[in-house]
Amino acid sequence: MPIISISKLSKTYTSGFTALRDIDLAIERGEIFALLGPNGAGKSTLINIVCGIVTPSSGTVLVDGHDIASAYRAARRAIGLVPQELTTDAFETVVNTVSFSRGLFGLTPNPAHIERILRALSLWDKRNSRLMTLSGGMKRRVLIAKALSHEPRVLFLDEPTAGVDVELRQDMWRLVRDLRQQGVTVILTTHYIEEAEEMADRIGVIRRGEIILVEEKAALMRKLGRKQLTLHLQKPITAVPPDLSDYELAVAGDGSELVYTYDTRAERTGITGLLTGLAAAGIRFNDLHTEQSSLEDIFVGLVREERAQA
Amino acid sequence: MSAGFSMNWPAVRAIYLFEMGRFWRTAGQSILAPVISTTLYFVVFGAAIGSRVSAVDGVPYGLFIVPGLIMLSLLTQSISNASFGIYFPRFAGTIYEILSAPISPLEVVLGFVGAAASKSILIGLIILATSALFVPLRIDHPLWMIGFLLLTAVTFSLFGFVIGLWADGFEKLQLVPLLVVTPLTFLGGSFYAIGMLPPFWHAVSLLNPVVYLISGFRWAFFGTADVSIAVSLGMTALFLVICLGLVTYIFRTGYRLKS
Repeated sequence: MPIISISKLSKTYTSGFTALRDIDLAIERGEIFALLGPNGAGKSTLINIVCGIVTPSSGTVLVDGHDIASAYRAARRAIGLVPQELTTDAFETVVNTVSFSRGLFGLTPNPAHIERILRALSLWDKRNSRLMTLSGGMKRRVLIAKALSHEPRVLFLDEPTAGVDVELRQDMWRLVRDLRQQGVTVILTTHYIEEAEEMADRIGVIRRGEIILVEEKAALMRKLGRKQLTLHLQKPITAVPPDLSDYELAVAGDGSELVYTYDTRAERTGITGLLTGLAAAGIRFNDLHTEQSSLEDIFVGLVREERAQA
Repeated sequence: MSAGFSMNWPAVRAIYLFEMGRFWRTAGQSILAPVISTTLYFVVFGAAIGSRVSAVDGVPYGLFIVPGLIMLSLLTQSISNASFGIYFPRFAGTIYEILSAPISPLEVVLGFVGAAASKSILIGLIILATSALFVPLRIDHPLWMIGFLLLTAVTFSLFGFVIGLWADGFEKLQLVPLLVVTPLTFLGGSFYAIGMLPPFWHAVSLLNPVVYLISGFRWAFFGTADVSIAVSLGMTALFLVICLGLVTYIFRTGYRLKS
């Protein structure tokens, strides 16, 4: 059974803006799921509905088998949320605010657990500091500590590394992997494709309130990934011979390179034909290499495709 | 709702202690302010003016104003504590934590309103103790006094909670306490018995709900009142029910809490 099952979920705000349309989505237990989408696509609305912050217009959401409306206590107990905004109670100390979060989830104080979390997030030395004295990165860590204070089975990270430095980003990625090892399911929204590429098991792409794709990351990159073959020529050329015009080759490196872009999904990549054509045209090369497109290229391609269809 | 009726008491405790923590952080200011203002009231009304005013209903004027002074602070403190308590998380964005936690509306109200009422009762008792420095206290019905203190603190904390949910800016947060509650309290017989007013203004005063609170509270002290104790109690209870109804409506509809 998926840990989160979303069925026919829609949300239209009182302003008339429809943020989500008939979303169906299943998040598997123990996976890291990255939800990608441009600004205003509906990522945060989706997360906020699952967490109980926004009321859905229609549809159902089950968290670990519990309906978020009729069994909200059991459903919410399973969830930890790290919001996008750095919202903290400025005058509270780190240890107090984290303990407060644990209490909200109906758990009795557990100083040992709180200490473990604060140490894991390098916050232990700051435990008695007021939140207003912390840097943005430290506040982000505090929000994660709060979300983990009640030992959730599902962790939502809404833009977790927005505005944080490289070191903290690496720390967070490490933390997310550790959590997955412990069996925690992680759902993250991000603008950094690199982040999804680095961590996610599966990718979902949302656009204009609709999930347009859900796929295993590796399979997605295999299916949608475009590859480039770069040939390093023995002698520079100024133009592509007319016989090779079908291949839409690009001349690069001041004429010393020929770049061929092909689709791995295509039945034929055209590489054999290209190499034969090059030999026939008397163009020789002394090296070649291929390069796979990144998840970012795939994402941009998908969103553009959708825009063109809209 | 989950099956069965179970309460998330640790959450109620967490909210209550968190809110009380805010009070203790500024304990000097929270405690000193009512002590100073009570002292000033006694200097002005007790010594300067009070010495020229004869006893009211057989009670020396300095002593007569004690219930009104306590009620004045109790109402304003209950409202401001509760309204600020729920408004600030909305303003700062930390309300997400309350909304996404496994807490029922009742538990949220118990935590916030319980803390706000506790703070205002504490301040009420501080004012009572400060008054004892200026006049010999007399409390004929101490249990009724505590009962009215509790009932009024809870009722007006609920009212403050509603204001804190309704307000969408700090100006609105101050609007009702400054423009409605404080004038009604001053005109509700804090410093005089409404029986001292001409018949027309006496009748107008009876439209002021605060009259019933102060009258009932004063009866607990001196056994005399502007209106009967049953009416005072009934009016306070009615206001409590109205506030409870408003809070229930707000949580059912998610008004100003959920989009």
